[in-house]
Amino acid sequence: MDCRVRLAQIDTHLGDISANLAVHLEHIDEALKDGIQLLVFPELSLTGYFLKDQTYEVALSADAEALTVLAERSKEISIVAGYVERKTDGRVYNAIALFEDGRIKHIHRKVHLVSYGMFEESRDLAAGEDFHTAFSKYGRIGFLTCEDAWHVDGAYLYFLDGVDAIVICSAGPGRGVTGTEGELSSNRTWRTLQDALALFFRSWILYCNRVGWEDGVVFGGHSRVVDPHGAPVDEQLGLDPATLDVSLSRAELDRARIQTPLRRDERPWIFAKALNDRLDTWVGQEEEE
Amino acid sequence: MSRPELDIDPALVADLLVRFLRAEAGKFGFERGVLGLSGGIDSAVSCALAARAFGPENVLAVMMPYRTSNPDSEGDARAVARATGVRSKLVDISKLVDGYLDQEGVEDRLRRGNVMARARMIVLYDHSAAEGSLVIGTSNKTEVLLGYSTQWGDAASALNPLGDLYKHQVFQLARHLDLPSGVIDKAPSADLFEGQSDEDDLGFTYDDADRILVRLVDQRWSAGELEADGFDPELVRKLMRRIVLNQYKRLPPIIAKLGNRTIGQDFRYLRSWGH
Repeated sequence: MDCRVRLAQIDTHLGDISANLAVHLEHIDEALKDGIQLLVFPELSLTGYFLKDQTYEVALSADAEALTVLAERSKEISIVAGYVERKTDGRVYNAIALFEDGRIKHIHRKVHLVSYGMFEESRDLAAGEDFHTAFSKYGRIGFLTCEDAWHVDGAYLYFLDGVDAIVICSAGPGRGVTGTEGELSSNRTWRTLQDALALFFRSWILYCNRVGWEDGVVFGGHSRVVDPHGAPVDEQLGLDPATLDVSLSRAELDRARIQTPLRRDERPWIFAKALNDRLDTWVGQEEEE
Repeated sequence: MSRPELDIDPALVADLLVRFLRAEAGKFGFERGVLGLSGGIDSAVSCALAARAFGPENVLAVMMPYRTSNPDSEGDARAVARATGVRSKLVDISKLVDGYLDQEGVEDRLRRGNVMARARMIVLYDHSAAEGSLVIGTSNKTEVLLGYSTQWGDAASALNPLGDLYKHQVFQLARHLDLPSGVIDKAPSADLFEGQSDEDDLGFTYDDADRILVRLVDQRWSAGELEADGFDPELVRKLMRRIVLNQYKRLPPIIAKLGNRTIGQDFRYLRSWGH
């Protein structure tokens, strides 16, 4: 994967697709001027996050105009954007799409919907069932949507697939002001997670979070890139709308994997067998305790 | 006094709250704020945050004494207005309040206090209409949880930067914002009658309350766990009772559900809807 990537850490207008699309198009124009090849937007970048009853109103079918427009622009630049996807069976998903070469090349449907504390995604959204690796013309990408990065399964499967980059699109609220200095504790937690993913799975880790406020909730920004050695690339962004550019290199990836050949040495059949053993008794085991 | 479970990084919090005021007001086309300045610490902190968020010239601080208010409060309020550079104005609410209290012959201290608090709300909302600004709230998390406020009175606002900060944290923020020491050091008082003190009214100290509340609410401790950790069981129960009893003050009115889609139940949209 040799690719010039830009993370676009944007704010959104809640439920206003045309206003959000306009922001996307401005960024696309700008990125093209700057020679960017892959432009990444956050989770639900076309809609905003706390949609509640708006979820159904902003859900986009495959032929929706906003998607067609982005697909058309992807003849010039690869684009990753988030939206609510309406399937023909009526279910709606929290979706991330890779637009490339004039079409939607890949869709990741958020697997681990978050429904605790301040979140209630499961009420309105159907959960994705798969982590399929996306085959971009620039390389293999594993997409995780926010909470997907808090479970190890998706990243592990992408690691087995040998992805070049794990792209985390997020609408992560910032919170936690006690027991922390200089930053919200949620930012510190996210950084630890990104570093851990890079160390475990030796891929480029791209974290694109949004900013802005929805009814008193701040979205924590701090978009960031970690290289396949586990070292941060450049500074992380702050709480304002901003962009972060990074050149992902195949050579760097190879060097990291020669230095620490975790994937070469992985024996997933051990895990698969152990997992199968546990799945047989998953429910019963809990009851026995 | 250091309290690790409550201590905040005040610079971080001040920055967030300034962003909050700017973003949430700006979303709806507002760039100005109006607030009641009592001379106490909560309104002083809200005032300083609003001044940073909107620029001091875009903040109107209204001092609203009643004839029995402590005259020192006005001096403290003026000191805050000077320190923050905001525009300030004195609106004596005695005539407004007495017009009603005398007519109805209200003697009860609680009722009189509530009328004063609601009179101040009327003054603030009138000025917000006149100024094209939003009412900035001054209620902290401790008082909101304990219900130590007047519903539709001092509890009323459009944006409340302090609502997720315990009293201890408001003090930390006040020191960070360089507010006049007289305001920070004096005993907190609702100042509805002469010599009133919050801690006398409540029957416990803010410090004791905050240390229990942060465990009950933020950290989800049970009463049993608090007692096992040495907290006064009597006070724990008292605080829990107050939290439950005052839930009504924290929510909009109850609407009888008749149809399939009822406001507050299954008509679910944020204020940020479309913004």
